[in-house]
Amino acid sequence: MNILYFALIRENIGHFSETIDLPNDINNVNGLINYLEQKGDNYKAAFAQSDLIRVAINQEYVNLDHPISNNDEIAFFPPMTGG
Amino acid sequence: MHISVQADDFNIADEINALSKDRTDIGAIATFTGLVRDIHGEKAIKSMTLEHFPAMAEQELEKIGNDAINRWPIEGLTIIHRYGKLLPGDQIVLVITTSHHREAAFNAAQFIMDWLKTDAPFWKKEETDEGTHWVAAKSDDNDKKDRWK
Repeated sequence: MNILYFALIRENIGHFSETIDLPNDINNVNGLINYLEQKGDNYKAAFAQSDLIRVAINQEYVNLDHPISNNDEIAFFPPMTGG
Repeated sequence: MHISVQADDFNIADEINALSKDRTDIGAIATFTGLVRDIHGEKAIKSMTLEHFPAMAEQELEKIGNDAINRWPIEGLTIIHRYGKLLPGDQIVLVITTSHHREAAFNAAQFIMDWLKTDAPFWKKEETDEGTHWVAAKSDDNDKKDRWK
């Protein structure tokens, strides 16, 4: 699956996007976050505060318990501050 | 509805004219322009960089615009949001609503800005003498949005 990162989450992780093969036992956003956190301290820092994580799957906002599949594009970013 | 997410500046007069030319039925035009301030709290701001999610930004602005159109009798609507590096005094965002009467134009413009603040995928990073930092989202922005529910 394609993963995109924006703003502070992108800076903490150190790159804008990556592609992973989603393990079969991961079926929702929270599961993916737990999986990514195993990849290093940069991921742990990016996802440290779950109340400051916003998620979009295939360009639609979803909650952290939303199901995911390997064909999805998922984006992680902090609360928006436009305007 | 005219939606644009762009790096370039915009001209408010041109945008108003695009909505009002050849129209004699519009009794009200409301505009909101957001600008970069040179101070945030106690800190002097040297620049502000806006990051956005390109695949989503215009789509989300369009959704917010459609919500406003479904709620008020709006004749015309323009939403422009810039991204990239901006300086104090620069224009960031423009909302123009036109209607037969002022109430719909005022309300729709305010509604759009309140929703845009929390739902449009843009993030501000400020540069001060001490370095750069991401602007934190304000919890009262959610309260402002919720008053329309």
